[in-house]
Order: sequence, then C-alpha cells, then structure tokens
Amino acid sequence: MTQPRDFGFDEETSMLKDAVKRFLDEKLPLLALRKHLAGSEDPYHGEEREPWFDRVLWQEMMELGWHLLAVPEANGGIGMGLVAAAAIQEEIGRAACPCPLTNTLQSTFLLREANATTCLEKIVAGESMGLALFGEDGSLEVDSTDVTVTGKTLFGEDGSLEVDSTDVTVTGKTLSGTSWYVQDASKMDNFIVAAKSAAGIGLYCVPASAAEIRCDKIVDLTRDQARIVLSDTPAEVVSAPGKAEAVIAKALSAIYTLIAADIAGAAEWQLQTTTEYAKVRTQFDRPIGFFQAVKHPIVNMMIATDETRSLVYNAACAYDHEPETAARYAHFAKSSASDTASFCSNRSTQLHGGIGFTWEADVQVYHKRQMHSQFLFGDGSWHRQKVAQLL
Amino acid sequence: MAEQQLSADKIEFQEYCRNWLEVNRPPPTKIPLPQAAYEVTSEDHRAYLCDWQNRCYEAGLIATDVEKAYGGHGHDGYQAIASGEVRKAKVPYFINWIGLGMAAPTLLVHGTEEQKTRFLPPIFTAEEIWCQGFSEPGAGSDLVSLQTSAVKDGDNWIINGSKVWTSLGALSSWMLLLARNDKDDKYNGITYFLAEMDQPGVTVKPIHKMTGEAGFNEVFLEDVVVPDHLRVDEVGAGWKVAMSTLTSERGASMGVGAVASSESPLSAIHQVIQLAKDTKRNGKSVWDDPIWQDKIVKLYERTEAIMQNSRRSRIKDLNGGAMRLPLQGKLVGSEIGQELNEVALGIMGARSSLYVGDENAVDDGKWALGYMNTYTGTISGGSSEIQRNILGERVLGLPKTK
Repeated sequence: MTQPRDFGFDEETSMLKDAVKRFLDEKLPLLALRKHLAGSEDPYHGEEREPWFDRVLWQEMMELGWHLLAVPEANGGIGMGLVAAAAIQEEIGRAACPCPLTNTLQSTFLLREANATTCLEKIVAGESMGLALFGEDGSLEVDSTDVTVTGKTLFGEDGSLEVDSTDVTVTGKTLSGTSWYVQDASKMDNFIVAAKSAAGIGLYCVPASAAEIRCDKIVDLTRDQARIVLSDTPAEVVSAPGKAEAVIAKALSAIYTLIAADIAGAAEWQLQTTTEYAKVRTQFDRPIGFFQAVKHPIVNMMIATDETRSLVYNAACAYDHEPETAARYAHFAKSSASDTASFCSNRSTQLHGGIGFTWEADVQVYHKRQMHSQFLFGDGSWHRQKVAQLL
Repeated sequence: MAEQQLSADKIEFQEYCRNWLEVNRPPPTKIPLPQAAYEVTSEDHRAYLCDWQNRCYEAGLIATDVEKAYGGHGHDGYQAIASGEVRKAKVPYFINWIGLGMAAPTLLVHGTEEQKTRFLPPIFTAEEIWCQGFSEPGAGSDLVSLQTSAVKDGDNWIINGSKVWTSLGALSSWMLLLARNDKDDKYNGITYFLAEMDQPGVTVKPIHKMTGEAGFNEVFLEDVVVPDHLRVDEVGAGWKVAMSTLTSERGASMGVGAVASSESPLSAIHQVIQLAKDTKRNGKSVWDDPIWQDKIVKLYERTEAIMQNSRRSRIKDLNGGAMRLPLQGKLVGSEIGQELNEVALGIMGARSSLYVGDENAVDDGKWALGYMNTYTGTISGGSSEIQRNILGERVLGLPKTK
C-alpha cells in the first residue's frame, strides 16, 4: 500500500483544522487560560490545586463533534482518520487547552483496533474516555500494567509507561490494583484499563465513578494526572486477555502520533512567541532578534518544529493508509517531537531572559506542558531504540 | 514511500523514463567518477559525462518542459517526473549542473529571445558547459561587496577583476558573471553578464581543496571583452537577477533537469546501518551498541523528516508559508549529511584513517572523502550561517543583520 502524496489532508480536514483554531483563539485565548490557571504556586507552601476543567467549553467542543471525529460512521461517529485527529490535536497543543479530547481521541483508536462497539458508542453519547494502560514503572511497555483481573489499568506505578507496566490484575470480572500516569483523569467519564490475568493482558472499561482517583501533583498546569485505584471493581471487557497486546501495539502508533501532534502545535506557539519577543525586546539599542546569537537559535526552533510536524503528518497518513510502516513512522514522530519539546522549551525560556523563568511569563506554561509531553508515551531515546529493533 | 497520484499519461511517461534509464545506464568509467560533478577535471570523465547528459537530453529527460523553440521538448508538468526517475535510478550525474540548475532558469526568466535561442540548446546537450562567476576573494557570504569592474566601451564592456571557487571553471565555455558598473551604488551598481571563457585575458587556475581534489578554480579577468548584447536584464539589475539564480541553486525554483546525485539520502542511511552491522568492536557489532543505534536512528529520523518537509511544502494549508520549508532544504540537508559522514567515520574507528587509494580502506575511502566534501554543502551557495539569517529575516521577520 502507498500513502497519498498530500497526506490525505483534504479540504474537509483543512476546514476542520481552521475551525478548531478559530474556536480556540476565541474561546480560550492565552489570557483566559492564564486566569484559569491562577496565581503562583509555591511547592513548599502551596495549597492543593484543583485541576481546572471548563465543562461548558468541553460541551461546546462536543456539539461541534470533535470527540466523535474518529469513531466509525457505523457506530454513529464521523469516521475520519488519524490525519484529521492529528490536525485537531495540533491546535489543542497550540492553545495548551486543558480538555479530555486528547485521551478520548487516543482511546478511539484503541477501541477501533479492538472493535469495541459498545465503548465507541459511549463516546458518541458524549462520554469521555481515558487511557489507563501502564504500570508504576513508567516503562510504557504493553505488559507493564499493575492491574490484575481482579484487576490493573494501563500504566503501573513504575513510571516506565511500558504497556506491560500495569499494576492492575483481573479476578473473574472485577479488577484490582493501581493504574499509573492516567492523563486528565479528573475529566474522564470512563477509563480503558489494561489488566493482567493468567491468560495475558486484557483491556477493560471502567466508569470513572467506580474508581478511586488519586490526583498526582504534577509539573504541567494544563493537564492533570492520577493513579486510579481499583479494588474488586466491576469492569466491561474491551479486548479479551491474550488478544489485547496486539490491539494495544497497533493503537500505540496512533497514540504516539497524537501526543507528537500536540507537541508540534505547542512548539509552533513557542517559536512564534519567542520570535515576537525578539522583535520587541531591546538591548544594546537594538531588538535582540537582530543579534545572530538570538536569531540563529530561533531559526533552529523552526527547523526542529518543522521536522516534527512533517513526521507527524507522515505517521498519521501511514496509520490511515500504509499499516506496514505505521509503527516506524509513529516512533519517528514521537522521537522527533520529544526532542523538539525539549529544545524549543529550553530556547523559549532562555531567549526570554530573566522574565522567561518567572511564573508571570507565558512561556513557562508551555514549557511545563512540553516537559510533561516529552516523556509521556516515551522520550526520544526510547523511541529510537524501538526503531532500531525494527531495523 | 508515498507515490504521487499521476494521470495515465504521466504514469506512462514515468514508466518510459524508468525503462529508458534501466536500459541505457552507462558502464562504469575506468577510474571512478568523483563523488560530485563539481570535482570533474579529467578529459575522460568530461567526455563520458557530456555524452551521458546528451543522451538523456535526446531521450527527453532534460528540458522536458522547456518550449521547443529553445531546444526543449515542449511538455508541461513532466520535468518533475523525469528528474525524480533520474534521481532514483542511481545513474551518473549531469556534468552541466550549473548550466541546467542556474544558467537555464535565469535565462528563461531574464534572457532576451536571442540569448535564449543561442544559449539554451547547448546547455541541454552539454556541448557548452557553464560556470558561475559570483564569489570573489573579498566577497563570499557578503556577495554584494563584489569588486570586479565592468566599464562600458562603445558596444562592449571591459571586465577586470577575479573570481574564486569557480566549479568547472577549467571545463567551461561560458560563465555567469557578476560585475560592478557603479562603485557608488552597492545593490543597484551590479550588472549580470554572459562571458565567454575562451578569450584573451581569462586565466583559470585550479584550487586544491583539503581533499586533494582540484575541481574549484580561481578565474582572473584582465581587460576581458563582453559585448553588450550578452548583458542579462538591465544595467544595474544584476543583484536582482543573481538572487533568482541563487534561488535555483538553493533548490527552491523551477528546474530544467535533475541535478542528478548518485546517492539518495536514505540510501546513505542504509549504508551506514549496514556499515555498523558489519563492523566489529569488542566482539560485538557496532550496531548492537545502543549509543550508536541512537545516533544513527536520529539521523535516519531527520533524513525522513527532510523528505516529509518537501512533501508538506506543497500543501498550502500545512506549509506555514510558501518559502518556509524550501529555504530550509539546503541548510538542513547539508548539516545532516555532514553528521552522517562523521558518524560513518566513528563506526570505522581507526580504519577511518585509510583514505582513497589505500587498498584496505573501507568502501575505497569514500567516507573520509565524503565527510570533507560535505563542507561544500555547508559553505557554498550561502553558508549555513547566512541561511539562518535568511530564514530568520525572510520567514520569521526578525530584524535584518545587514
């Protein structure tokens, strides 16, 4: 199979992307986001911060149909592919928008691979869906879950983020254990939990109301994260034990590509914001962007951002049209994205000078979102090792 | 890899090109060709490469979209297909790359009818090889400070000065020449000429590079006569015309034929992976060392990214502006190429010291030679530093350094 030369980025996708951008520019300008994220937070004396989630905004997003974008038409969705989902996600990243969309899109592709009709229809009905795949070790491997049947969710406590890191296990039809590093958990209606049993890894759907959600204190202000604790929690089977590993492995290409798209959007924001600052900030009687010591690193931010963005659309298109190359291209996309997140964040703070590392500076909000994204679902070296294993 | 979705006619043309190149691939030369066309100095190589280019022209792979009146084949939208097939076929490069890549596109835009009719056909057939006389000892990155003078004398211009880094200078019939007609007007005091190389007052002296190769030349111009009808565009318009030529050199503009390189970037990556697998260190292959895997896969990822950049550059709503991606191509490609060659040297360890001509050298010493030659990419045609200025100023709108 071959990919369409234009990534399958057709007029419909282009209009959708533009509509998302205009919507977010209007509804969640940076000033509004800053207000919601409130005042400074002293890590030694700070009070517990409630994760901010604008349910009205999310309702409006759902009225526009973004949540069911990738759900097949047969299940009541719009039936678009990963290229369209990545295009939306890029805009979510550019706006650093706190919402359950990222996880719901990622879950959609996992549910599609599992052919889990009932859960796909829950998404159509407006229920958000989070991924709880990994165990505590953070290894991100498919079998990292710490949940057992009776029960574990997608990631275990180890922080490895390997799919086999889940600490949840299965006993009969209930799950017990803890799933780690669950993103935007406080915004979710359901979780798809990876859990171990004698028959292997399975995927299960658990309503958020049935799980104990313990929020982590995290660096990123624009997302939240939690452990979800299950004890003999009833769960619906999404993908049977033994079959789920292959399902997760395929869906991971889409999951990696979507987080990489988020990074690409945020990196473009970092590039544009740093460029504007370099035009207006004056030192030695000139805008600092005149000096090549500032100009050249900004150009390097553009180069890094563009490489990532191109690899994201290539990976998305491969997932939609060329499954045999999807894994390699998804690893390239997230490898590139993680390095770009690191580099653009570093330069955006450094080139803003003293103001750049204050709480007041907008760049810190994106810097911390990117720090989170950089390691979420694997950093650059981790993905490059995965590619090397394929060669 | 993605394929362009082509009409039936174009698919037929693509198959024709592919078959023709397969059947007509020339046998290798006795002494291997240099890695790049700008290093060609020997008469045997010149004759072999001119013959090859002429055959490709006659087969319709060069000047495919150029009007028949100028020696072209009169198609529309077929050149990219022909050039793509030439690149894929791993056939020898086209020796007249400056003629095809810079002279022809410039003449098509700025040339008179007479200039186009006279000069384009022998560019395509390689009967007349072209070189470029832009850089001077005192005008490299800051090209606009060039000092070679052009003084009007009746219907002629008298040229005095010297040019440097002139690839193919010793083999060329014609030079694209920038000379200053007005010392007081920096940008509007430069005029663009077509200068004949075989005439009194033109002296070509080879420059030996760090590799030992001598494809570059110095060209001394003493009272050289250029008739006024060989001026391109208006007196004083030379800078503007030169910028359009440099755009061609930087790979952003229209083409009249592939500047065929014998190696695609991905094939170089796969060679390096193979080299790492075949090279043993401490009883294991170098490839089994995760540190080397990481370095090599990072370069693979970035090479893939460059290819995807050029794919994305054609999509208006995804390219961030028409020039943003094309202007990165030469800069990023040359820097990645340099790193890749250096990684190859690292993989070989002490064997990387063995150079071209040594019987034990890996791949005939091509990695050390290739590494040194990558500086041509990072320095010529606007150094990487100048490219970053251009990107910062033209794409991001940062204040001009000069």
